[in-house]
Amino acid sequence: MSGEPTRPATVSIGDIFRVFLLLGATSFGGGVVAYLRSSLVGKHRWLDDTAFVELLSISQTLPGLNATNMAILVGDRLRGTTGAAAAICGICLPGALVMFVVGMLYGHHAGRPAVAAMLHGVGAAAVGLVTAVSLQIGRRSLDGLADLAFVALSVLGVHALHLPLPYVLVGVGLLAIWWHRPRRT
Amino acid sequence: MSRIPTLVIVFAYLSLLTFGGGMAAYPEMETLTVDVYHWLTGTELIHLYSVGQAAPGPNMMMVTAIGAHVAGPLGALAAVVAFLAPTALMTLAVGRLWRRLEGWSWRDAIQRGLAPVSVGLILAGCISLGRGALTGWVTVSVAIAVFALVLSTRINPALLVLGGALVGLVGLAR
Repeated sequence: MSGEPTRPATVSIGDIFRVFLLLGATSFGGGVVAYLRSSLVGKHRWLDDTAFVELLSISQTLPGLNATNMAILVGDRLRGTTGAAAAICGICLPGALVMFVVGMLYGHHAGRPAVAAMLHGVGAAAVGLVTAVSLQIGRRSLDGLADLAFVALSVLGVHALHLPLPYVLVGVGLLAIWWHRPRRT
Repeated sequence: MSRIPTLVIVFAYLSLLTFGGGMAAYPEMETLTVDVYHWLTGTELIHLYSVGQAAPGPNMMMVTAIGAHVAGPLGALAAVVAFLAPTALMTLAVGRLWRRLEGWSWRDAIQRGLAPVSVGLILAGCISLGRGALTGWVTVSVAIAVFALVLSTRINPALLVLGGALVGLVGLAR
């Protein structure tokens, strides 16, 4: 991939919006990152692989959904703030419209036994899905026993000690950052 | 329409907790939307969250459904914008700073330190969701089957969620 032009001069705001709209309409579940890579790096060559991995690592460190953070970072690289706005609007629009309709219909139909039974099954499937996706992420980003201890501390903080989530986030976060602090050698 | 400002505050706050993904904010979303503001029941939240996993795009567009459920179209717009804007602005700013921080020795420490916390918070979210959604052997079996299929195949997750709906229809209808 090296040597390929990674930022065509002709990416318009409309192009950015269309590409991210298509991504937002066709990507599912935890797989958004894979869709982003094949579209942005493979098909459109807006980024090379190194830049993609760099932006992804920023996305994963900051709060926010990986998909929307990636949209912001890629859009900003291509066309600044307007590009970022076009990208995030594009990727969110299809799912937001679908869920808007679901939200409006939900109140009227959720009482039907057949709908309730289906939603009960959907809930169970969602538990399996998000747990598996979380595990896939964890496997890649964890490093050693200390990190496993920080994972356990966070879970215990929320579920055993019932601490407010921001306390757990800041408390365990600072501890873990301190553990990984820069050491002079 | 007096619920709109509260919706904005709640979802802007939840936005800042989504380290590693939307799931990290789930326990707090449950506390606020169900226990504190009574916008919906625990079961309704699980339903909307789970259907959201089968919707295309980023997996937390279900905040739109909560907004719509609580306050109609305007509520939907308020919830989704409030949920996206704070982190979007933060990402825009930090993304531009990132390269300049390259030589800063704490950059790597922050990144490595936040990774396990994100994973922990996401797992805590999975536990919250599981507690509400897994109510018997049918639901537990569906969850285990989907879990195994996601890890061992490249099947489209939306199909698995659809499969869950079918099993629910057959196995859980009374």
